[in-house]
Amino acid sequence: MDFSLLLKHYDLLLTGAKLTVVMTVGAITLGVILGTLLGLMRIARLSILRAVSGVYLQIFRGTPMLLQIAFLYFALPPIFGSGIWKNPFIPDAALAGIVALGLNSGAYIAEIIRSGIQGVDIGQTEAARALGLSHLQTMQLVIMPQAFRRVIPPLCNEFIVLLKDTSLVSAIGAKELMYQARAMGAKYYEYFVFMVGAAIIYFCLTFVLTQISNYIERRLAVSD
Amino acid sequence: MIKVYGLHKYFGKNHVLRGIDLEVAKGSVVCIIGPSGSGKSTLLRCMNLLETPNEGQVLIDGVDITAAGHNIDELRAEAGMVFQRFNLFPHMTVLDNITLAPMKVRKVSQAEAEKQAHEVLRRVGLEEKAPAYPKQLSGGQQQRVAIARALAMKPKLFLFDEPTSALDPELVGEVLDVMKGMALEGTTMVVVTHEMQFAKEVADRVIFMDGGVIMEEGPPELIFSQPQNDRTKAFLDRVL
Ligand SMILES: Nc1ncnc2c1ncn2[C@@H]1O[C@H](COP(=O)(O)OP(=O)(O)O)[C@@H](O)[C@H]1O
Ligand SMILES: [Mg+2]
Repeated sequence: MDFSLLLKHYDLLLTGAKLTVVMTVGAITLGVILGTLLGLMRIARLSILRAVSGVYLQIFRGTPMLLQIAFLYFALPPIFGSGIWKNPFIPDAALAGIVALGLNSGAYIAEIIRSGIQGVDIGQTEAARALGLSHLQTMQLVIMPQAFRRVIPPLCNEFIVLLKDTSLVSAIGAKELMYQARAMGAKYYEYFVFMVGAAIIYFCLTFVLTQISNYIERRLAVSD
Repeated sequence: MIKVYGLHKYFGKNHVLRGIDLEVAKGSVVCIIGPSGSGKSTLLRCMNLLETPNEGQVLIDGVDITAAGHNIDELRAEAGMVFQRFNLFPHMTVLDNITLAPMKVRKVSQAEAEKQAHEVLRRVGLEEKAPAYPKQLSGGQQQRVAIARALAMKPKLFLFDEPTSALDPELVGEVLDVMKGMALEGTTMVVVTHEMQFAKEVADRVIFMDGGVIMEEGPPELIFSQPQNDRTKAFLDRVL
């Protein structure tokens, strides 16, 4: 076991980690926007909106993430053109991965948003409406601020899951942390060392996310 | 002030209100008593359209609020409601709880709303609690803030749905005292309550509801000492 290999090649792992972070941030952004939209649709008064988001959730929660990633990267280009993942910023595979992870986490985030809103006591809505506030004002001023506090912990949890799931994108050749660790392991036939190295970096990243989450929770608890 | 004609309400097949007729004169206090599940809350909630009646009319100052074409949000503000479980907004201070609706619904300026908030807080004896959050208050104090919040909207009448039922016994008095004060000032009030002593002292009229209908009504002296209806008798025997 030659741990000096880590010192020699840590820059490659860090390059991988950088792509991991980029993909995580991209997927979180897409997931939160999509999830908020789908979550609000879940509780919309219009039944067609509820149905559409319901079907979406069923599909993305009912099939494997790895399949969704592979589907976007391998199955879509023949239909929509081989260049659909081309972009000037990141490798094709990474973009396909971001979109797949974002679409997938959107489904889970939708459920977090929905239950966060529905978890606010119905008495809050009644009190606000009885005071003469409109439906929109009630949502905006009374329900959403309370739902926000409720969704922070499960959302942070979802972000950590998302960060770890970026490792799946290595399967389509995105050179993120997991990919680099495996490639270096294969090159030197020293999997142990590089897997441990990658694990430490993953752990540090999730640790930071957890700390941020705890901090926000503590801050919100003060005025609650 | 408020008139209710032929009110019916169904929850699915459950026929909860079966033809309610009721009039509350300006400045009078009406107490509604009756067993649990008899439709008391539903009746109150129909009176400010938190529930939509299936049949019948609710008139406030001659305006049929159940008729189409009204701005329901504005009409709702005409009837202040106080709930059993207070329903203060936990993420806002006492002051913000009270100023929210006047500012957002009545479009009162912040300075004016805050001045009014301090006034209504003084009326319920909690002026020093303006910067506190609801969870820092006792149940009795929370309910008094909820009353202040309703007062700040200057509604035409007040609907109380068992305002003391969720309170520890030693905290009931302070809330009833505030309500008695309001009654003395000539506030129009409809109060669903299990506090028979309060009904005796304060009510101009007591209504006994059972099974979605008004079984008996009259001045408290009569209802409590010479109830005519057997169900009223049975109910009063149980609670008195
Ligand atoms: N939102 C609702 N959905 C379905 N049924 C309801 C609802 N609200 C009340 N009910 C039913 O209506 C009946 C009367 O309830 P309620 O008006 O709360 O009675 P009370 O206040 O006299 O105890 C009960 O049978 C109750 O289960
Ligand atoms: Mg009730």
